[in-house]
Amino acid sequence: MTTIPLEHALMLAAILFALGVAGVLMRRNIVFVLMSLEIVLNATGLAFVAAGMRWGEPDGQVMFVFVLTLAAAEVTVALALMLQAVKHYGTLDLDILRRMRN
Amino acid sequence: MTVVFYSTAVIAILATLLVVTGRHAVHALLYLVVSLFAVAVLFYLMGAPFAAALEIIIYAGAIMVLFVFVIMMLNLGRADMEQEERWLAPTTWLGPAVLSAVLLGQWLWVLRQGGGGDITGEIVGARELGIALFSQYLLAVEMAGLLLLAALVGAFHLGRKRREDDE
Repeated sequence: MTTIPLEHALMLAAILFALGVAGVLMRRNIVFVLMSLEIVLNATGLAFVAAGMRWGEPDGQVMFVFVLTLAAAEVTVALALMLQAVKHYGTLDLDILRRMRN
Repeated sequence: MTVVFYSTAVIAILATLLVVTGRHAVHALLYLVVSLFAVAVLFYLMGAPFAAALEIIIYAGAIMVLFVFVIMMLNLGRADMEQEERWLAPTTWLGPAVLSAVLLGQWLWVLRQGGGGDITGEIVGARELGIALFSQYLLAVEMAGLLLLAALVGAFHLGRKRREDDE
């Protein structure tokens, strides 16, 4: 059984993270922004698990469980908020939704 | 193991790229599921089968289904795809893309120095994870529970039907 250098796993996490950040910054559609946020959180989880498995300790996976919890909590509130905002304003455009009121 | 690891990594990157640049919300979501599955395979290869199972059950299962339901409720059509096409003009995405690329380049340059050691793929399963979670991380578990409760209350508050005199 061969091994994988830790850097390669972290590089993959970095690439996914950068893609997610770029997605958050460049999309105007709130649905895609939320999906990009999921990508970012998933990349963080990957980095945690990879670093934890480097030393064969469960701590990385523990942090992954917390990241998962955070992602679930974030996405429920964000999607509920989005549905209300879309019902109220009738658009998915973040440039309009950012005003929140009036 | 090596071949599977790198090919899965390429799949994850390509699928994520298609999510970020996608026009159709449902297609982007399906690519995101592919990306999450790929990451689950990587977890399994690195020796974290429980994390791989959680990734599939919670991320690809619960969270993505939530997205699917919301996109179904939004009822996006062809007009939204054309609007998306207009929103994704090069003037909009060029700046953030260049900045992220520079950041990623620096990051990869730092990681290229090496010296981080190897992942052997020795299995750390649910048993060790559970022991760590409920001994030294017990307070964090309580806090995560509190966060989930707050999310539950928040989602309930936002999702309920408003009465007329509420406005």
